[in-house]
Amino acid sequence: MKDLTELLRQHPFTAGLDDEIINLIAGCASNVVFQANDYIFREGGNAEHFHLIRHGTVALEMKAPGREALSFLTIKDGDMLGSNWLVPPYRWSFDARAVELTRAVAFEATCLRTKCDADHHVGYEMMKRFVPPLLERLQIARFQGADIYSA
Amino acid sequence: MNTPLDPMMPRFLPLQRRIRETADVLSLVAEPLEGEEMPTFLPGQFNMLYAFGVGEVPISISGDPQERGHLVHTIRDVGAVSHALLQLKRNEPLGIRGPFGKPWPLDQARGADILLIAGGIGLAPLRPVIYHLLAQRESYGRIALLYGARNPADLLYHKELERWRRVPDFQVRVTVDHAGREWLGDVGVVTRLLPKIRLDPADTVVMLCGPEIMIRFSTLALLDMGMSTKQLYVSMERNMKCAIGSCGHCQFGPHFICKDGPVFRYDRVEALLKQDEI
Repeated sequence: MKDLTELLRQHPFTAGLDDEIINLIAGCASNVVFQANDYIFREGGNAEHFHLIRHGTVALEMKAPGREALSFLTIKDGDMLGSNWLVPPYRWSFDARAVELTRAVAFEATCLRTKCDADHHVGYEMMKRFVPPLLERLQIARFQGADIYSA
Repeated sequence: MNTPLDPMMPRFLPLQRRIRETADVLSLVAEPLEGEEMPTFLPGQFNMLYAFGVGEVPISISGDPQERGHLVHTIRDVGAVSHALLQLKRNEPLGIRGPFGKPWPLDQARGADILLIAGGIGLAPLRPVIYHLLAQRESYGRIALLYGARNPADLLYHKELERWRRVPDFQVRVTVDHAGREWLGDVGVVTRLLPKIRLDPADTVVMLCGPEIMIRFSTLALLDMGMSTKQLYVSMERNMKCAIGSCGHCQFGPHFICKDGPVFRYDRVEALLKQDEI
């Protein structure tokens, strides 16, 4: 567990987070490795984990009939992967594929939600860290939708 | 600079080569007639290109300013004039007036780190800057290029991008809005590349060229890094006619893009970029 808490402390997601909370959420965490082209999760699957990427690259992809999967974002070192575990029905809405060897810390979603529900201070600290990347990705989606390079 | 005495009089250069860059973008390479002098230019300047019987459009010069033997313009097929220009065949005359406009601040930037941010066809006006920086590498600090495009097929200058990636001490990062499996690079907006480059924010000059939306959100990210609007330079685009500040077609608030720009320090246009219908 000591190694895992140390890995968490080194990740930008936990910047400014009390050791007490890091130790608490570490109880829901595990160290994971994905090989190139491993799927971390697939569209429609149950969102049972979220990941903090330590090293590597993950492509977020959507499939359309008759064409290859389309990557709309790459997630890299220091990023958070996946937010569908936060809200019901806890279902992934896209695929996540490791582009290269990728090391991450995986959190068991039910465990973390339970701890956030039990202590709203923990939940608030978590939300403060989830919302900025969500807003950033919403903005990216707006730019992609506007097709800004077409003009 | 070598502007003709009458700036409204085009000179005619025969087209020597057409280089296919993407499905709708070509680079046209023109050379002077024997015995004629090739117009010189500074990185960031543009020419008015004339398609006979159709019209004129402003196009940034995208070639190497040190190469005196030819003149390169990279053109996207977006309207009647650009379409007509891209139909020109070898040895057919290309009408050119210019060069016009204020260049990128390469002299003022000597000694500083340089960050170039390009979006889509916005890499074309910055390519002369890259040639200049690489030719005078010792005069500048760290240099970096962040380039965003819609998809891998829309990236300009593929071979040069690969070559620039191999240049030591030149940080080149490319990202696209979406891509298939063959693309192993970044997917996302250019600002996501900012944390991955090494620069001194307090001593960096940034040159941006691309869609205005990209310029606006990039400048916000740069200001968040601690830079000031006085460190940022943007190349602006508006419809132009005369290119010498007489007709007013390109008026942008108190500025004429053709003669006061197209390159502006960001603090001089920041407020205008936030106003509607300018």
